[in-house]
Amino acid sequence: MKQTVIRALGLVVLMTILCGFLYTLVCTGVNQLLFPHQANGSVIEIDGRTYGSELLAQQFTQPEHLWGRLMSLDLTSFTDEEGKPVMYAWATNKSPAGEDEDAMIQRRIDALLKADPSMAGTSIPVDLVTVSGSGLDPEISPEAAAYQVHRIAEARGISEEEVQSVIDKYTTGRFLGIFGESRVNVLKVNLALDGILSEND
Amino acid sequence: MNSVMQYVLYVGILVAFAIPLGFYMSKVMDGENNIVSRVLGPAERGIYKILHIDPNEDMGWKKYLAAALLFNLFGFILLLLILLCQGWLPWNPQGAEGLSWHLAFNTAVSFVTNTNWQAYSGEVALSNFSQAIGLTVQNFVSAASGIAVLWCLIRGLTRIKKHGVGNFWQDLVRCTMYILLPICLVTTIVLTQQGVPQSLSGNRYVDLVEPIAADAEGNYLADAKIDLEAGTVTVDGDVVENAQIITQQVLPLYPQASQVSMKQLGTNGGGVLGLNSAHPFENPTILTNMIEMVFLLVIAVGLCFSFGRSIAKRGISRGMKQGIAIFLAMFVLMVAALWIGAAQEQNATPVLAQNGLVDTALGNMEGKETRFGVTTSNTWAVWTTCASNGSVNSMHDSYTPLGGLIPMLLMMLGEVVFGGVGCGLYGMIGFVILTVFIAGLMVGHTPEYLGKKIEPHEMRMAVLICLATPIAILLGSGIAALLPGTAGSLNNSGAHGLSEVLYAYSSAGGNNGSAFAGFNANTPFLNVSLGLVMLFVRFIPMTATIAIAGSMAAKKRVAESAGTLSTSNAMFVFLLILIVLIIGALSFFPALSLGPIAEFTEMLGLG
Repeated sequence: MKQTVIRALGLVVLMTILCGFLYTLVCTGVNQLLFPHQANGSVIEIDGRTYGSELLAQQFTQPEHLWGRLMSLDLTSFTDEEGKPVMYAWATNKSPAGEDEDAMIQRRIDALLKADPSMAGTSIPVDLVTVSGSGLDPEISPEAAAYQVHRIAEARGISEEEVQSVIDKYTTGRFLGIFGESRVNVLKVNLALDGILSEND
Repeated sequence: MNSVMQYVLYVGILVAFAIPLGFYMSKVMDGENNIVSRVLGPAERGIYKILHIDPNEDMGWKKYLAAALLFNLFGFILLLLILLCQGWLPWNPQGAEGLSWHLAFNTAVSFVTNTNWQAYSGEVALSNFSQAIGLTVQNFVSAASGIAVLWCLIRGLTRIKKHGVGNFWQDLVRCTMYILLPICLVTTIVLTQQGVPQSLSGNRYVDLVEPIAADAEGNYLADAKIDLEAGTVTVDGDVVENAQIITQQVLPLYPQASQVSMKQLGTNGGGVLGLNSAHPFENPTILTNMIEMVFLLVIAVGLCFSFGRSIAKRGISRGMKQGIAIFLAMFVLMVAALWIGAAQEQNATPVLAQNGLVDTALGNMEGKETRFGVTTSNTWAVWTTCASNGSVNSMHDSYTPLGGLIPMLLMMLGEVVFGGVGCGLYGMIGFVILTVFIAGLMVGHTPEYLGKKIEPHEMRMAVLICLATPIAILLGSGIAALLPGTAGSLNNSGAHGLSEVLYAYSSAGGNNGSAFAGFNANTPFLNVSLGLVMLFVRFIPMTATIAIAGSMAAKKRVAESAGTLSTSNAMFVFLLILIVLIIGALSFFPALSLGPIAEFTEMLGLG
């Protein structure tokens, strides 16, 4: 019995070294070497300024920008090195048959229609009025992007075709044409519209 | 149409990978030579040498059980200490402080029992050290423990008049080194290539394109005008006192990729981040989603075929067919669950439709990611609750009432529809023994399985395996629902609130770990009671299984006669499904009626 105790303890220690330290260090070393951009958060950095991560959503509310999924912001949990608050977001975990959800969706519809009253007769794609699973979904459906083309074009004084062509450029289809769903990267569209992201990015 | 094609292909891909993996696992665990063992053999033997382990020692069932329990106990103590002391430990660029005693207890239990219930959010509460050295190690060894115990049972069922049931140390080391580690090393590289971070340097802060305004308490100010130069915020023309302007967002960086590959493969499921595999930093693309989703079940499905191969090799007639029969029973239940869940989520709800103001063609998108949509999210939800994985790529709390019932029911069935790695199959064999016994009573023939007589001792153990989950779930959620404090943890009111409590205890009681995540489980009562439920449903069935292995190994193998009930034909598959469903339905129908079913009738305006 005493031997079994010692071996159990010893095996826990050896497994911690093998599956904890060695495994993590090897994986981190290899990936930092091969894919430093992805391994460090897929940050968009142009001329020394960062513009967020291409994988994480930001809140867009100005009429000339494409809006993403509805966000449930958290402005208190995280602070930077100097103690200033920084943005994060979560899912709502609300029931889609509940009253809270009802009120949230109505507020969002009001905001969308206030920004572009001419869309009053068009029904709004459901992903534009709901919060995503991560709370930080960086993408929206092509339908949700198309719904906003008129507003963006008007706010910028450019043609709807120009806006749509930028959206098309940052639209990704289903994987292998079958799996998942088509979607548009909101941050990249906005950086391209603002002239920050160049043609080749 | 596309949706049906996705479902069919996802299932096809899963089975196509599971079968060869199943054969490989059978070879590894039976100690046959293979490419990996030739490369890593010296390391395996090195471990035995350091610990003075004789790999040829054949343990009796009591010694095997003691080894398994002690190994898990020490793993638990180590993880508990890491979580309590993380503030003083290295690899802590996050500056995380030690967890409270009850959260540390709950989390340590949760990972040792292969549940990975998360009462915490990783990016708020944990350091690199806790994630990589604490949680990831248990992801490996709790999975390996389950597979080891399955092999103990395989030996018990196939040995004739023997005392020994195998060597726990060897089972655990082989499974970890030859199955889990190599697959995870390769997967980690693919995940990072696709965008999953792998970093030890801690959080990163990046600039926002549009700054955000908040009041002094940190509440978001909608419609605010921000003057960055002057540092002022105005709402409707009035300057807001003490307003904060937020110009940066946080990127929670951890060694994500290495931990995510293992949490999926080993039916662990505990996310590096609070929102788990919905988060783009755990699951950024459809390809990563496919890999992670297949990993949810691939070992558990494969083990049915490993079981068939390993018993056939040991002289069980039609051995492979025995494995396939169990696979088919599980497969039918999984496909049925996919089918029912799909329609619910696609149809959305009246609240979402807003009398036609909203176009719900994409289905219920609350709590779902755009890239995954309804089809891929639903496949994941069903698979993660079939497997006792519990990682999520969409928020189950935000499913439609009946859409959320499916994952809950799958957990309540005791995680035997493939289930956790190893434990799902040995749990199902508990149901097989029960089925053989009931069928035997009906035809008046002594029940047998694989040529071994089922006697009262084995029956008692099988009942423990089958009833541990229902007892734990119903007692736990019943007590919690009666306590006044529980109401404070709810995120939704009414029937959906009860569903949140029921889901929490089902998740713990199935060693699953997924959540109706709006539920705030981080209170002393919930942490401790859920922790006890997880311990009960992990180690009672594990002990009973090893005991069955021991008593079976000592028996002789009886020859098949005309009256022997076949356990490999369609009739038996049907009976097995029936028994699983009857136990599940009888135990849980009343509770389900008060939760999801009540919410559904309210939604239709019937309530």
